[in-house]
Amino acid sequence: MSNSVIPTTTSHPSTAAAPISHAPRTLWGDAWRRFRRHRLALSGSFVFMFLVLVTIIGPFFWTIVPTKIDFANAYKGPTLDHPFGVDGSGRDMLARAMHGGRLSISVGISAMIVAIGLGTLIGSVSGFFGGIIDMLLMRLTDLFLSLPQLPLLLLLIYLFRDALRRVVGPEIGIFILIIAVIGGLNWMNTARVVRASFLSVKQKEFVEASRCLGASDVRIIAAHILPNCISPIIIAATLSIGAAIILESTLSFLGLGFPPDFPTWGRMLNDARDYLDLAPHTILFPGFLIFLTVLSVNYMGDGLRDALDPRLVM
Amino acid sequence: MRTYILRRVLTAIPTLFIISIVIFTILAAAPGDPLSQLALNPEVPPEVRENLRRALGLDDPWHIRYIKWVWSMAKGEFGYSFSSHIPVVELVKQRLPNTLAVVGIAYLIAALFALPIGVLSAVRQYSFFDQAATTFAFIGVCAPTFFTGLLFILIFSVKLQWFPFIYDTTLKIEDFDSLLKQIKQSIMPISVLALFQMGQLTRFTRASVLENLPMDYVRTAWAKGLPERAVVFRHVFPNSLIPVVTLIALSIPNIFAGAIITEQIFRVNGIGELLITSTLNNDTPVVMGLTFIYSVLVVLFNLVADIIYGFLDPRIAYE
Repeated sequence: MSNSVIPTTTSHPSTAAAPISHAPRTLWGDAWRRFRRHRLALSGSFVFMFLVLVTIIGPFFWTIVPTKIDFANAYKGPTLDHPFGVDGSGRDMLARAMHGGRLSISVGISAMIVAIGLGTLIGSVSGFFGGIIDMLLMRLTDLFLSLPQLPLLLLLIYLFRDALRRVVGPEIGIFILIIAVIGGLNWMNTARVVRASFLSVKQKEFVEASRCLGASDVRIIAAHILPNCISPIIIAATLSIGAAIILESTLSFLGLGFPPDFPTWGRMLNDARDYLDLAPHTILFPGFLIFLTVLSVNYMGDGLRDALDPRLVM
Repeated sequence: MRTYILRRVLTAIPTLFIISIVIFTILAAAPGDPLSQLALNPEVPPEVRENLRRALGLDDPWHIRYIKWVWSMAKGEFGYSFSSHIPVVELVKQRLPNTLAVVGIAYLIAALFALPIGVLSAVRQYSFFDQAATTFAFIGVCAPTFFTGLLFILIFSVKLQWFPFIYDTTLKIEDFDSLLKQIKQSIMPISVLALFQMGQLTRFTRASVLENLPMDYVRTAWAKGLPERAVVFRHVFPNSLIPVVTLIALSIPNIFAGAIITEQIFRVNGIGELLITSTLNNDTPVVMGLTFIYSVLVVLFNLVADIIYGFLDPRIAYE
């Protein structure tokens, strides 16, 4: 290993082989290359981007009001005027699906941010400081993992729904409540992986070096260790979007999520249950959209795991 | 082994204790007055309401209220349902067996399919079987139970008319006919739940077997000339089960969540269906009692998983 003392560019195999100077290979470049090779993950991310774009831009072009009732045409299947058909009150399903998708996806992403924020905070404090703090925080994590999630979610929403609605209005109130409870009950996996990578990264020499230079704990955590733990955080973030979307849809499906006038995908399924035999398309479209979104996000997470964790040979 | 089980049981008690604090805190922090319904009733004068508050101990400091609450929970007194005026314990007693039966049978079926599929797909990694199994498992994990449940109803009840739409809760098994009916109406709820568990379980098993296959002890088993069946089922499989049990323990809350949705869709009269209807009817004593019972169930099944873990991996028990 004597030649490693004098680093020479010519010893690098890729530059030695090609006389034309290449852009240097970066960590993210490598990850992107590996990600592209995972075909399902790539198509998953395209599908997810597409769904996000359509739900954002779609309502500007498809201008039918999602709450417009037309009983004369109720239960009609897909036609040219209504590509997704209409529901039991004659409301256009495509418009409802797009507006509902905005809500469902934004709940998923916001709840993910809450969960990842909490998980990263708890995991990094626990992994960095160790000792009694670590012990207590990990006990807390274990406790949260053994809570019955759905009953607790229902209980929280049941108890706090009306109060929040009075304070900040029906839409914002239920939105805040849902992302807070979903995020607040889903940070445990992130905390565990962040703690694990903190434990290994904090042993490294560069951390010691920055400590010798007089860096504060906060600076060491934020500027030195955290950037090295970003891969597991990204993976956990992607996977938790899917989990959050399923949870929100479950709550709305059970009739305890958004109020009836906000058509989230789960809420549409809840409405459609009553006339399942009359209008099967009212179940198929929203249900399939939830499934497709979760599937694409999870494939994306799977691909990211393969791409960002080079040690893992699948 | 006995000390290990004892230690596990003893650690479960503080967990339950802390969970009870969590639930109590949520209830205490929640806005609103438990007697607000009485406040709206003009026939109840304010003095009576005040007396009632005192009798119920609502004006006591919080730690006194907590101790009283935990004590009555421990004795199994969850109060009376607001809507049906039946003790919550009675309601739970009627319905808990249904939930446990559905969850138990579904899990058994899921394990019967998922474990062999997981092992085979790991042993024949990248084969067509593996590709198909992993894809289906992935789909199973992503498809929400409420969607698969509705799809099942649509396909098997509405279109094909094989199974009844709604679970008949009054059905009693007396003869062969009613038994057949019971089986017919149980097929859909159980298979929806089983499908959901199967995906997860297959993925866990496959990953765990893949991790074990390159180990030294497996090479030794091959080297001494054992047939593949013996290597896989006698050496790899038991060792692969150890992490699977941990993962199952971690997913127990999910299993009960899945059961709540399935019961709600098919109207199986289990505690999940009770929880949803009580929540929609603002029946606080039932909701509180059931949340606590779910916590007890989760802790209990975690304990069972821990004990199984101790049997599978004797090293744990001697630590």
